[in-house]
Amino acid sequence: MGMDSDLFCEGLVRRFGSHAAVDHIALDVPAGTFFSILGPSGCGKTTLLRLLAGFDKPDEGDIHIRGRRMNDVPPNRRPVNMVFQHLALFPTMSVGDNIGYGLKRRKVPVAERRKRVARVLEQVGLPGLENRDPQALSGGQRQRVALARCLVLEPTLLLLDEPLGALDLKLREQMKVELKHLQKQFGTTFVYITHDQSEAMVMSDQVAVMRDGRFNQVAPPEQLYREPATPFVAGFVGDNNRLRGELVSIKDNLAEMRLDDGCLVQGRVASEALQAGQRAELFIRPESLVFPGSAPASGFSSMQANVRTTLFDGANSRVEAENGGQPVYARLPQDGSAPRLAIDSTIQLAWDPVLARVFGADNP
Amino acid sequence: MKPAANRLSLWLLLTPFLLWIVLLVLLPHLQMLRVSLQVRESWDTLEWGLQQYQNFFTESYYWRTFLRTGAMSLFTTFLTLIIAFPIAWYIARLARGRSKSVLFLACLIPFWASELVRTYGWMILLRESGLFSSWLQALGWVDGPVEMLYNDVAVIIGLVYNALLFMVVPLVTTLDGMDENLVEAGYDLGGGHGTVLREIVVPWAMPGIVSGCIVVFMLTLGSYLTPVLMGGKDSAWFTQQIFTQFITRFNWEQGAALGVLLLVLSSVIVWLGLKVSGQSLRKVMG
Repeated sequence: MGMDSDLFCEGLVRRFGSHAAVDHIALDVPAGTFFSILGPSGCGKTTLLRLLAGFDKPDEGDIHIRGRRMNDVPPNRRPVNMVFQHLALFPTMSVGDNIGYGLKRRKVPVAERRKRVARVLEQVGLPGLENRDPQALSGGQRQRVALARCLVLEPTLLLLDEPLGALDLKLREQMKVELKHLQKQFGTTFVYITHDQSEAMVMSDQVAVMRDGRFNQVAPPEQLYREPATPFVAGFVGDNNRLRGELVSIKDNLAEMRLDDGCLVQGRVASEALQAGQRAELFIRPESLVFPGSAPASGFSSMQANVRTTLFDGANSRVEAENGGQPVYARLPQDGSAPRLAIDSTIQLAWDPVLARVFGADNP
Repeated sequence: MKPAANRLSLWLLLTPFLLWIVLLVLLPHLQMLRVSLQVRESWDTLEWGLQQYQNFFTESYYWRTFLRTGAMSLFTTFLTLIIAFPIAWYIARLARGRSKSVLFLACLIPFWASELVRTYGWMILLRESGLFSSWLQALGWVDGPVEMLYNDVAVIIGLVYNALLFMVVPLVTTLDGMDENLVEAGYDLGGGHGTVLREIVVPWAMPGIVSGCIVVFMLTLGSYLTPVLMGGKDSAWFTQQIFTQFITRFNWEQGAALGVLLLVLSSVIVWLGLKVSGQSLRKVMG
């Protein structure tokens, strides 16, 4: 960890005019990690990646790769390679020449080059395609060529700029899994940026959630999901219900709040310095909401809601309801345990307070 | 639409084009080929023969001018490419919004004046009593007036100037369509400036380079005013000889033969250029 990590950054700042696209970012990525940077478009993640690749220079802060300071090293001398969003395969070269391009720059002899190109093509599952034209390949195959072109150089760090964005849904799901396997197989450290939380969750060892040039939280996917550190993370990662109200009291790490429709509910305290009487937000996931029937289990919080509609989507089926003017979604289990819900009927939704998180509302 | 009506509208659309090709391109050239193969025996008898072509190969003045014109046109084309490439790169990749159109316009503006006026403009600058000469004298770098006109360098300057736009436009068009990330990927995978230019940018721009070169080469080879006005006694251009045969000597048979040879020369060089660069005419012309 620290300076010896594959990637270590401190106080990284990049300004465009008065706007800081990257605002005091610190990063520590140990070797062999699949590290994702997740954020909405315009949050500065592409700028950050370009700083790491060397296409842009930070205004403040340092970038260290395996302990070597990289700030003044040009992109062609960094032990870093990048898979571009639109892949940027050289259209005037064959697949083999694309992959051999970097080796040629390193003056690897022809025979050796050919051997290594063949080997890496085999590793990414495209044996024998050296002489094909990149344009003649399918989207998934091109993806793998772009990966092979970088991996053949055995970089310390592989940067990936939303490379799955252009693929159709089915192929994207497949490539997600494959990318993770390839990362484990090669053991290369991946820094992957995306706005798709599912990509980040499925593939990553660590995810940094980025917003307005800053990291909100850096954690493994599961922790990000279960214990979001900020309201933004709670709302951005996974589906979540946001219920607004006023904080009544705090006891044993449990906050009691009165929702805007008058229900008194409980949830775990998620931010410090919460005070009774202040506005607060309670986040509860759709799958944590249950239909208690007549009497909720002891210790559960519950509220009333009006059914708006039911959305059937197999295992992801949900009911859309409304509480005090705010939409609430609850998962509808498809194992027969869910009640039949009539539109406009009033239902009870209950949850274990341990699964809900309460933030101060004026907390950014 | 019915197939018959469809075919009619196709023919109607094609007619002006066909008239153009047949009347203005095909017929005159066939006529010229015919004239070039006729030998005037006396004032009213014509025989078929290759006398005019034989003259070309036996008179060293003809074929020397011919080779010189070809070589200088190739050099002019190459020089135009070297000068136009950075300009096109700047317009296509670096300039943004307004400055892009202003720069493009700046390349176009000289063409609002006729070739004659443009060439006289250069003569004003380069002649013995011209601007450059007087500046050099004012700076004290030379003692007397300097004549910069009437030599090969002056001819090439004029030709490059006239041809620049026709190289810049196709280059800008191809470079405009290039993905910015290709260049970045070139650097990212370890390439330096030279490598990226040689292995990525130039191969991508090849269709534009070749089509620009073809246009500029043909334009230069067939130009008349610039070499006549700016060239010296020793820098004769092949088109001048054709002019002399047709107009001064009234020897249409010889002029036609020289014209046919010029056409063959340009066709052969363009064909060679396409072969060497591995491009096809279809790809280059869009």
